[in-house]
Amino acid sequence: MLVSILHRITGVGLSIVGLAVLTWWLVALAGDAEGFAAFTKLATHWAGLVVLIGLTWAFFQHLLSGIRHLVTDSGQGFELGVNKTSAILTIIGSVLLTAALWFYLLGGVK
Amino acid sequence: MSLGESASAIGKVEHTGSARHGGEHWLNEKVLSAALLLLGTWFIASLVMLPSLDQGTITEWLRDPSGAVPMALFVIASFRHALDGLKVVVDDYVDDEGNRFAFNTLFFFLAVGGGALALFALARIAFGVAA
Repeated sequence: MLVSILHRITGVGLSIVGLAVLTWWLVALAGDAEGFAAFTKLATHWAGLVVLIGLTWAFFQHLLSGIRHLVTDSGQGFELGVNKTSAILTIIGSVLLTAALWFYLLGGVK
Repeated sequence: MSLGESASAIGKVEHTGSARHGGEHWLNEKVLSAALLLLGTWFIASLVMLPSLDQGTITEWLRDPSGAVPMALFVIASFRHALDGLKVVVDDYVDDEGNRFAFNTLFFFLAVGGGALALFALARIAFGVAA
């Protein structure tokens, strides 16, 4: 139930905030250095980072629960135990993937 | 009794059958989401593997067909999938028919407009003169 609602909430967030950021990023890339510097400045500001980290978590959560939906669409995974475990795994997976990604991006590697 | 004369809601729709397009639409959405599974993973993995995320490095990546083509597909698939998903949410939670139409129309314009803008920007990056 929670994961199903999360799928919708993350989907709406990605659709509106995520696509706005993606579009702005592409427009800034296509423009001059000044415009891209403005994007980078905001993206690396703590508030920008919160949004980006939130978006990557939403992306991973939506992706993993999306895979779960594709599996249940095929008529599998409806047993109570399997269903519950897979739901919990999407949350654990999305948090781990988000942490790993940002640890890598901010951990001095880049 | 002819169609639509029944007093009950179920009576009005009984025996009218389905529109016969629902299944195809549903399958299209699933195929699109499977495509996004690949394209979205490619997008994140590509950003992680780029040596740097400055303008020059990203531009160089998106100038090559191996970056530009999947990126164009990612943009198109994302906006289309967002539009499909937002429509499901609007149809489920907005009760008033007029508001539902207004929301769906607004999101349609936003998705088409935003998608076109993103693709135009990508084309400018991909075909722009070398920096």
